Amino acid sequence: MSTPTVDRAVAPFDPRDHVAKKPGAVVRGLRWVREHIIGIAAVLALFYLFLPIAIVVIFSFNKPVGRQNVAWNEFSLDAWTNICRDPTICESVGVSLQIAFVATIIATLLGTLISFALVRHRFRGRTATNLLIFLPMATPEVVLGASLLALFLNLGAPLGFGTILIAHVMFCISFVVVTVKARLAGLDPRLEQAAMDLYADERSTFRYVTLPLVLPGIISAGLLAFSLSFDDFIITNFNNGTLVTFPLYVWGAAQRGIPPQVNVIGSLMFFGALAIVVIAQIVGAARRKK
Amino acid sequence: MARTQVVTGQVEDLHLVGLTKRFGTMTAVDALDLTIPAGSFFALLGPSGCGKTTTLRMVAGLEDPTEGAILIGEQDVTQLRPYQRPVNTVFQSYALFPHLDIFENVAFGLRRRGIKDVKKPVEDMLELVELGAMARRKPGQLSGGQQQRVAVARALINQPDVLLLDEPLGALDLKLRRQMQIELKRIQTEVGITFVHVTHDQEEAMTMADTVAVMNNGRIEQMGSPVDIYENPRTAFVANFLGQSNLLPGQVVGREDGVTVISAHNATFRIPTARVATDGDSVVVGVRPEKVTVRAKDRAGDLSGRNVLEGVVTDASFTGLSTQYLVRTAWGQELQVFSQNLSADDIVRLGDDVVVSWDPIHSFGLDGASDLHAGMDKELLALQSGDEPAQVG
Amino acid sequence: MPAVVPSAATAHGSDEATVRRSRRSTPYLLLAPGLGWLAVFFVVPLFASLATSLQVPLVEGDPDQGYTQGFAVQNYVNAITEYWPQFLKSFLYAGIATLLALCIAYPLAYFIAFHAGKWRNIMLILVVAPFFCSFLIRTYAWKTILADQSPVTQFLNALHLLPDDRILNTPLAVITGIAYNFLPFMTLPLYAALERIDFRLIEAGGDLYGSAWTTFRKVTFPLSLPGVVAGTLLTFIPAVGDFINAQLLGSVKDKMIGNVIDSQFRIVRDYPMASALSFLLMAATLTIVFLYIRRAGTDDLV
Repeated sequence: MSTPTVDRAVAPFDPRDHVAKKPGAVVRGLRWVREHIIGIAAVLALFYLFLPIAIVVIFSFNKPVGRQNVAWNEFSLDAWTNICRDPTICESVGVSLQIAFVATIIATLLGTLISFALVRHRFRGRTATNLLIFLPMATPEVVLGASLLALFLNLGAPLGFGTILIAHVMFCISFVVVTVKARLAGLDPRLEQAAMDLYADERSTFRYVTLPLVLPGIISAGLLAFSLSFDDFIITNFNNGTLVTFPLYVWGAAQRGIPPQVNVIGSLMFFGALAIVVIAQIVGAARRKK
Repeated sequence: MARTQVVTGQVEDLHLVGLTKRFGTMTAVDALDLTIPAGSFFALLGPSGCGKTTTLRMVAGLEDPTEGAILIGEQDVTQLRPYQRPVNTVFQSYALFPHLDIFENVAFGLRRRGIKDVKKPVEDMLELVELGAMARRKPGQLSGGQQQRVAVARALINQPDVLLLDEPLGALDLKLRRQMQIELKRIQTEVGITFVHVTHDQEEAMTMADTVAVMNNGRIEQMGSPVDIYENPRTAFVANFLGQSNLLPGQVVGREDGVTVISAHNATFRIPTARVATDGDSVVVGVRPEKVTVRAKDRAGDLSGRNVLEGVVTDASFTGLSTQYLVRTAWGQELQVFSQNLSADDIVRLGDDVVVSWDPIHSFGLDGASDLHAGMDKELLALQSGDEPAQVG
Repeated sequence: MPAVVPSAATAHGSDEATVRRSRRSTPYLLLAPGLGWLAVFFVVPLFASLATSLQVPLVEGDPDQGYTQGFAVQNYVNAITEYWPQFLKSFLYAGIATLLALCIAYPLAYFIAFHAGKWRNIMLILVVAPFFCSFLIRTYAWKTILADQSPVTQFLNALHLLPDDRILNTPLAVITGIAYNFLPFMTLPLYAALERIDFRLIEAGGDLYGSAWTTFRKVTFPLSLPGVVAGTLLTFIPAVGDFINAQLLGSVKDKMIGNVIDSQFRIVRDYPMASALSFLLMAATLTIVFLYIRRAGTDDLV
């Protein structure tokens, strides 16, 4: 019954004696950091992203001493319960919403049409078209705003709602085209061919296949256009005349001191957008499950 | 039979008349004349880029022909839009609508034609393809085989005169492909609609189709029943693309009593004249590997009346039901032989001097000007070119 | 079998011709409204402002009397000689801020693409959400964060990390603000590019190269390059022309070219100078963009 391992005369190799010692706490700590370096960096980046938002939200509950809302004084719900104490704030938000709404509809429509032409048709002048779409995105906003103002002044056009709207549609179109084009280019052309093969004429194919499949792209383009328009300051500042949008109100108020109501509106915009996106995600997930 | 709709009118023949498609200077489909009889299962077989898919797309109306016409029965449909043609397509990778569930995918064609009551026909059709339980799933939630059946159901429910299938099994794994071949054949027999099936898989074409057309460079090389084309190929392309062949170029030395005698490499070969595809004096002798028997030279037995060659075994691979040999002739050509494992005595070994022989009625003759590599697998060819060329005399 | 009628092919010829013709004009009909808008409100103003940039004062030395059309290339020479430091500063600040944004956004996008799992969508929302809070409000918040008495400044001062003992009103504050404000333009394209990478490639890289850093350099980063190019351009272009961050977070010495154009146009009202500066900025930006695209070997953006 003698097997080689039982022969103790020769010192046997026992692998258990050679298991490396568990490293010390410091080494393990450093190793943990090294393994999670990306996660740590991501968390720090998120911290950087949310730091200003936290300040905005916190100071919306401040009761500032004097006009400047920069030093913490005491907790108060005044700004939240009385957002429109200075009616010009709410008026300016109303103006911004109106402009953003109309500009979004026009820019999304025009931009979507261009995307369809670019992705679905062959035509002369494609390169020139692409360049014309790209240039407004590559042009600094001051240049866009300034040259547009020069045009309006030359034409003697009264500055106000109309001129702001024109400017916003102009710089939103390119972003819409880029967004919708990406979605459209990712659409398998065979789906539309299959629809045509299944007795759908051009119009029905568009209505029942193309449009439903491109719609998510059009919606995100619209949201992008809305937020770009609502938030624009530089171009609007050239073409507003005496009409005050929300960013212009904030800019103007800065000289006298920004009231905490501005922080309330900033917080509302943040939480509102967050809520919309989260709800859209939940609805989307529920629909996919079904 | 799970036919769900009243058949309006009878199924009609499909005619292609001088059908041509050019992309710039490239001719994808070259003056195709073809009649596909009603109710048949027709396969268009060829390598990628041979024009088979373009042909199919022209029939579907997804591509405009440069010249020629497409007729279904007596109706010229060449100028009709895809949705005006009594033709439906099963697309490669299926093209199911991702935003619609299975029920709505199948109902799509009926709804577009304004048919109100779609519930019953759609449910019947889903039963036919055995997917009744999946009606409310989205295409993304189905397996490849299930998606493929939805694509078939979505096309068939419209009772087209012709169903076009564009490499419908290409995305499936081998086992599923075999199963779907049988399934498709069953469905075709049940519904009696003309199926035009495009594929590059010769085995698939031969398994399923009544008639196979082998296509190459925009033209049809040969058309006929699978057995006919396999047993009597008329071109080197067909001989190589459909199965494998041993090809030996030679010269005609006599024609008598319906037999053509050909001399090549100091040996004579006999071929039934009906199986020779040319009237010229330069003829390539061909024979399929499984038609050839191989015997050790010293126990060859009586070979009178057979076509005979001598050589040395350079490779033998045992696959269970058969053994595949490579036999090198005196002039360096390697012949392929598939030998059924009938008895252990028949087995010859590597390096043995052997005699290969076959019955003359299994020979076929091709035009002597043929490119002997036409239709061969390009990668295989590249592998062999490092070695001795296998089929060059 | 029915007779094959080849001549039937021409029967519908005329119908087909009209259909084809209308289809050929379709793309132009689709393009017309949008491109028309851009032509009138983007191209025309650009040319108008090109003309303006060459104007000369009606009365020499007294711009208040207005300007008349001329061909004063001298305006450009003046613009460069007078404001080259601001030009330089703009490209410098924008360049550094773009790099900073890349360094912050890359790990974030990488984490979301490969490690976030089911939290992926939530994290993407978190990345974009802060930017729904108005640009100006965010920048004012930075003003509070970086103020001299703020905990951030005092903490860094305690470590003696700040050369001027302050952050606000220094180039550092301007760059921090720019990098922050254009961060989603960097993160989203990076994420899109990273998400497309098959993670098994990165694992295979780890298997073949061993070191994580080498794998990143040889596999991950090259594959994410389209995202890097798109992200850096989308950040750099608006950053060069921005003047809000410099205005709110910088000192008088930190003025960028955007500030100069804005004040020339709206305060000094020297329109030829403002237009000349605009054109120089646009030309310089486009030159850098096209050189960069060429170098990176991608034309996805155009």
